[in-house]
Amino acid sequence: MEPPTLPLSADAKRDAAQRAAAALRSRLFASAARQKLLAFASLIVLLVFFSLASPNFLQADNLVSILQATAVNGVLAIASTFVIITGGIDLSVGTLMTFCAVMAGVFLTYLGLPLPFGIFAAILFGALVGLSSGTLIAKLKIPPFIATLGMMMLLKGLSLVISGTKPIYFTDTPNFSVISQDSLLGELIPSLPIPNAVLILFLVAMAASVVLNKTSLGRYTFALGSNEEAARLSGVNVDLWKIVVYTVSGGICGIAGLLIASRLNSAQPALGQGYELDAIAAVVIGGTSLSGGTGTVLGTIIGAFIMSVLINGLRIMSVAQEWQTVVTGAIIILAVYTDILRRRASS
Amino acid sequence: MSKRRLLKIALGIAVGWGFAAAAMAQQQTYIPLISKGFQHQFWQAVKSGAEKAAKDLNVRVTFEGPETEAMVDKQIDMLSAALAKKPQAIGFAALDSKAAIPLLKKAQADKIPVVAFDSGVDSDIPLTTATTDNKAAAALAADKMAELIGKEGDVAVVAHDQTSRTGIDRVDGFVGRMKEAYPKIKVVSVQYGGGDHLKSTEVTKSILQGNPNLKGMFGANEGSAIGVVNGAREMKRKLVIIGYDSGKQQKDAIMSGAMAGAITQNPVGIGYKTVEAAVKALKGEKLPKVIDTGFYWYDKSNISDPKIAAVLYD
Repeated sequence: MEPPTLPLSADAKRDAAQRAAAALRSRLFASAARQKLLAFASLIVLLVFFSLASPNFLQADNLVSILQATAVNGVLAIASTFVIITGGIDLSVGTLMTFCAVMAGVFLTYLGLPLPFGIFAAILFGALVGLSSGTLIAKLKIPPFIATLGMMMLLKGLSLVISGTKPIYFTDTPNFSVISQDSLLGELIPSLPIPNAVLILFLVAMAASVVLNKTSLGRYTFALGSNEEAARLSGVNVDLWKIVVYTVSGGICGIAGLLIASRLNSAQPALGQGYELDAIAAVVIGGTSLSGGTGTVLGTIIGAFIMSVLINGLRIMSVAQEWQTVVTGAIIILAVYTDILRRRASS
Repeated sequence: MSKRRLLKIALGIAVGWGFAAAAMAQQQTYIPLISKGFQHQFWQAVKSGAEKAAKDLNVRVTFEGPETEAMVDKQIDMLSAALAKKPQAIGFAALDSKAAIPLLKKAQADKIPVVAFDSGVDSDIPLTTATTDNKAAAALAADKMAELIGKEGDVAVVAHDQTSRTGIDRVDGFVGRMKEAYPKIKVVSVQYGGGDHLKSTEVTKSILQGNPNLKGMFGANEGSAIGVVNGAREMKRKLVIIGYDSGKQQKDAIMSGAMAGAITQNPVGIGYKTVEAAVKALKGEKLPKVIDTGFYWYDKSNISDPKIAAVLYD
């Protein structure tokens, strides 16, 4: 479908779209920064609280465990951030991650190809699946919730079929575990044994942040979420950019697939369902609104850390598991409520 | 501002609670157990056994497991948090034993004895494994099935999954025993319902639909067994049903005659023996490579027998 055209030159149209998006962002920026600050403050409060509560919390080993535990959810949450800013939702990020891990297994273990092929395969298949989801949503007009729900199940099934329901081990690719488990930083600075998975999380976060804030893809991502119709009327190829956003998000899920597979040294085909909700929770705690148009990668990363610090801390305190779940749920509600309060105050 | 004050009070209480928890933690021997699950009644029974042993032996235990048996990475995070607490020993039921090896090596380096429970770990780090011999238990189910259907005819199996050790062992144990000992019995179908009651019901119905002469079915875990009972009831079919594990619904089905009987493991015993073995290891006692926690056949005739009743759970 061609977007309806206005009697304006192409340049003027682009200018208008960019101005509209920029104006919107500057209006929202102040409150977004405040939410980030709030989220960051909550993270600090949690860290201080758990450090006081248990002498075993603030230990180098445990902090490394927290970082390691955040890597996969953090990367998935970044992938979700893109989609959620457009006002969409992607329920397939968890099983897509698994599917990408399985594809890496197919290339490395089944076909016996060298490591770069596996890395390439995981990201490529992630992007391809993202492209399909995006097409379903943008061109066939299937609501994102339904399209990605279908994709979630489809991918779960495909992962089980391709792997023959058995984990695929990467024992023939000895370097594979390096991606997540080893520590490049630790080799350079022995006092900082931060696993590579965390390094990758931060690299992905920085790249995503640059894309969102400095490129036209980023501008259009925000424009889609704040007012899709306005973007369309000002000449933005809405369908195309939506597909691009889902494709990028899919590629990032491929990276998450590599991280989890490398950490477990295997592609676990049954895993993945439920991870999309953890990712969405991290995004929301980080101040990205589910109605689209606002959000930051930094907020999302802080959200992901809040979740893993909370769970790790409650475990270290030996809080009964049923209560850990209660507390996590309450924190998510509290986080979203404070966000609403802040919005109300700023408007 | 009253809201802010409330927040401060809440924080104060929370910090106080934290200190109290920390103070309680003091010097007592601490043994965390990381299991494969948590919500299932089976794991709750393992937990109760572990807690009983903790009381008897005067140690402190905690019990945790991921929400589903697919969440290998979450279980590893749990194990890693448990090790951070510097426990004296640890109990571990691996979802994927290969994935856990780096952490188990760390436990070994820190001289924390590891006791495996429920399913073994492909490594010599655990000092022992407290587990049911699932293959032998499923073979006993096959023997009982053969006896009840007159040693000939078609039977089918509904199991929970084809990836976990227990899923594989129970199917292999049942099918293998039928093949070697009862040439006139044919296992016509083995299907998987994820241990989910509803899915297993649907699976059962389609098996019954496709096999009008089926004489018996074996449900390889609690959810599968209930599914078989439900499916047969909905299709109004009379056949010999054998279950696995217990739970209120399964016990009721046995009392009503809908189910002929079931195999029960000893989950309470698994929990108890795990903690006991860990305490023995700390005292430097030598442990056998495998601690068989046993299994029993139960039906209407012996369900209230104290020995059986003690290992059943609701």
